[in-house]
Amino acid sequence: VITDAPKIVTARMGHEDSYTLQRYLATDGYKALRKALTMTPDQVHEEVNVASLLGRGGAGFAAGRKWSMKRAASPTYLVVNGDESEPATFKDHLLIERDPHAIIEGSIIAGYAIGAAQVFIFCRGEFALGYERLQTACNDAYAHGALGKSIFGSGFSLDIVIHPGAGAYICGDETALLESLEGKRGFPRIKPPFFPAAIGLYGQPTIVNNVETMANLPWIITHGGAAFSALGQGSSAGTRLFALSGHVVRPGWYEVEMSKTTFRDMIYDDSLGRGVREGREIKAFVPGGVSAPWFYGEHLDMGLDQDAVGQAGSMLGSGSIVVMDETTCVVRAAWRISRFFHRESCGQCTPCREGSGWVERILRRIEDGHGREDDIDLLMDICDNIAPGLGWPPKQTTICPLGPSIPSSVVSAISRFRDELLVHVKEGGCPLPADEVRHA
Amino acid sequence: MSAEADDGAPGLSHEGRSKAEAIVALYPRKRSALVPLCHLAQSEHGYLTPAAINDIAGLVGCSAAEVRGTAGFYDMLHIEPVGRYVIAFCTNIACMLAGAYEVLSSAEDTLGVRVGGTTPDGLFTLEEAECLAGCDRAVCVQVNHRFFGPVDQAGFKSLVSDLAEGKLDDTVPHHGVLSRVSRSVGLPAAAQASTAARAES
Repeated sequence: VITDAPKIVTARMGHEDSYTLQRYLATDGYKALRKALTMTPDQVHEEVNVASLLGRGGAGFAAGRKWSMKRAASPTYLVVNGDESEPATFKDHLLIERDPHAIIEGSIIAGYAIGAAQVFIFCRGEFALGYERLQTACNDAYAHGALGKSIFGSGFSLDIVIHPGAGAYICGDETALLESLEGKRGFPRIKPPFFPAAIGLYGQPTIVNNVETMANLPWIITHGGAAFSALGQGSSAGTRLFALSGHVVRPGWYEVEMSKTTFRDMIYDDSLGRGVREGREIKAFVPGGVSAPWFYGEHLDMGLDQDAVGQAGSMLGSGSIVVMDETTCVVRAAWRISRFFHRESCGQCTPCREGSGWVERILRRIEDGHGREDDIDLLMDICDNIAPGLGWPPKQTTICPLGPSIPSSVVSAISRFRDELLVHVKEGGCPLPADEVRHA
Repeated sequence: MSAEADDGAPGLSHEGRSKAEAIVALYPRKRSALVPLCHLAQSEHGYLTPAAINDIAGLVGCSAAEVRGTAGFYDMLHIEPVGRYVIAFCTNIACMLAGAYEVLSSAEDTLGVRVGGTTPDGLFTLEEAECLAGCDRAVCVQVNHRFFGPVDQAGFKSLVSDLAEGKLDDTVPHHGVLSRVSRSVGLPAAAQASTAARAES
């Protein structure tokens, strides 16, 4: 145990039946909603401001501030983003399957604070079991009086609809998600308008929040925003749920206090990742989803702090950490990540649609032993065309951030391991063995 | 004019149509029900039949071409028949590091089809998937979007034989069934609001 911070979003996970209404009520479920309904919407909003709760989806925008950007008009919608698809991110999957009532309770609290006419919880389509559990939880919440007409007799009424996605990473982008929710292809919307808070679903003011953000709200209302912001440090307040995977002894989800827990703790501590498999060295690790530039050994003692990681040239992003040990071929790793972006590019913008395919094919030929020495400079040039200057945060030549995410892994691999790419070219193939199969 | 060519397969059933109408009623605009109705249609036939596409177009108020064009954008929606079990292998970064491509290659041998193919008996379709958010159990596989993992070569063979023998029928419904749970209520709060609005006007 690194710090004595409480478990906020994973408190119920020890129970086999954590997803049921019965267990939820037995563990203080829906008490925060009852409390919130005795407060004014502005008071609820103020608690969230005091909590300094950063959005848990990937961009890390302060939730309370996002709510303040809402244009005064009606109707207003709340759309809860549960379309988790960033590679190696599986925290929202856990929350949806194992604690759906916490998401629903948080969504009702948020809906009350912003005066929502209706709430949509967008659940990634591939989470079939999660969708069934969210739908069951929603049905049970209505039967319990927590949803529908005059919630708990308060006079406040609200409906939640659980909406299924159908398989498209791009719908995690909030404007693409709204297009999908309107029954169209998931094409991100051209900006301006920059924020759905001004013009969102059906052209109406819409707040889009992540499911983990919602799951934090019951605790914040129960214990107060100040108790939440007392955890962590600076703008990185509270705890956060991280997804750890790759070459670690114990991959899994871990809720830890932000800032005060380091990458080294996460990967090596006995209560967390328990080190790299077979005692090997770390070659590189992804600090926050595959859209993030890679980190290395020298970053291990950095805290899981949004600002610190940002200043070091990467991001905590979606809260997923992927460890690659010394046997990993960086060409293959960067190729697989590029392939992902190529497959998931919606195709609206040329730098993303074409650039991702070029990068993927060039990395593939290097890995297969058909690379040329100037391929390395060519890759850098293509990346520079996608995100000019290759700085951090990346410059954007596209409608949404998917395109500018393409260079992260490619530029990381080349900047740090140029020699390894050259060996591929000169020896006509990959010097590292294929990935070992992890047996069950 | 925009109607889909008929391949002889049926559209939404009578029961499916009434479920569809209940879903459409949940949204401020009908078109929002397009994706949920595609899932509903797939739960009946395993894929989107041309007749079902026409039915959905009528229910949400757009052309069949718009339904097909939208459905084609999404990986989970199929406009051609697929196997009873669609097996999706994640090969993204975390699963790749755990040997996903090596396991997938042996899975192709086990099933006798390449990625994208369906076995001649119509039982299995093999797909390569992007990250399925099951990285703590890499290599992660979904069968009709139900999770299995970690899966290695031997584990995959026994998974396939269990499926073929119907041993997993309780956890894995046939392809297209996203949810075995339906919404139990309409929009009681919205109904109250519109009653209030009518009273005011």
